[in-house]
Amino acid sequence: MEAAYPKMYLYRRLVQAKLFIDAHYAEAIDLDLIADEAAFSKFHFLKLFKSAYGRTPHQYLIHVRLQKALELLDGDLAVSEVCYAVGFESVGSFSLLFKRVHGCTPTACLAGRRAFRTAATTAPLQFVPACFATRNGWLAENI
Amino acid sequence: MISHLTHTSIMVIDLDRAHDFYVNKLGFKPVLDVPMPQGGRWVTVSPPGQPGLEIVLSPVDNRSYGPERVTLLTDMIREGAFGIAVFTSADIYATYEELSAKGVVFKKPPTKEFYGLEAIFLDDSGNWFSLAQITPSV
Repeated sequence: MEAAYPKMYLYRRLVQAKLFIDAHYAEAIDLDLIADEAAFSKFHFLKLFKSAYGRTPHQYLIHVRLQKALELLDGDLAVSEVCYAVGFESVGSFSLLFKRVHGCTPTACLAGRRAFRTAATTAPLQFVPACFATRNGWLAENI
Repeated sequence: MISHLTHTSIMVIDLDRAHDFYVNKLGFKPVLDVPMPQGGRWVTVSPPGQPGLEIVLSPVDNRSYGPERVTLLTDMIREGAFGIAVFTSADIYATYEELSAKGVVFKKPPTKEFYGLEAIFLDDSGNWFSLAQITPSV
């Protein structure tokens, strides 16, 4: 379905820039280059990006890297491996930013998420509200 | 007094495909995906801006339904019989363009309504959702 609305051309460039960051967050991205290619005016591009996503492109790149780091901590990678895998070059600055955003150090977060995953795997029923568990046949209907 | 909604469910036709749709197309956060000892899986996702709300992806072939009901429900979902929920976006045009680029099917592009802007899209099963950018009332 094709829409027509104000600044449609600019929005399409904006979304392409956002999707580029989503796909290439682990690489050394030149955000100035993205802004130059995305719009006629860098100022308007930055303004529109922040309006749409609540962050500047640089802040958004850091946000994506930290979110991906959180997901990777669910795997078997060490903290330093996660740091480099999402595009940070220093474990120290990665850990500081991670704690500021997620409220715990990567190491503490890793331990917490592993404990959560173990609990969910060994006793999943404790995470399922009774209305769902009963209707799925996972809990006896003795309510 | 009821305060919050923490869990709600969406009936989906194919659980793995739906999980991929909600996570990789809509950008929802995967919360839990665990097999249940009694059979089946408990799969939940959260909208990125609302981590306290878990949406349960509930497969239509729930073993507590008979095959006739499963067939009926599957047909109804595919036909678009169910309007499920309204999701909001700070910038509906940007979200519309992004989801369209990812292959999400829209039944209605962003359109001015009295409460703001609204579009309608389908999930991979056929459930209908509104995407809205609400204009703050003055």
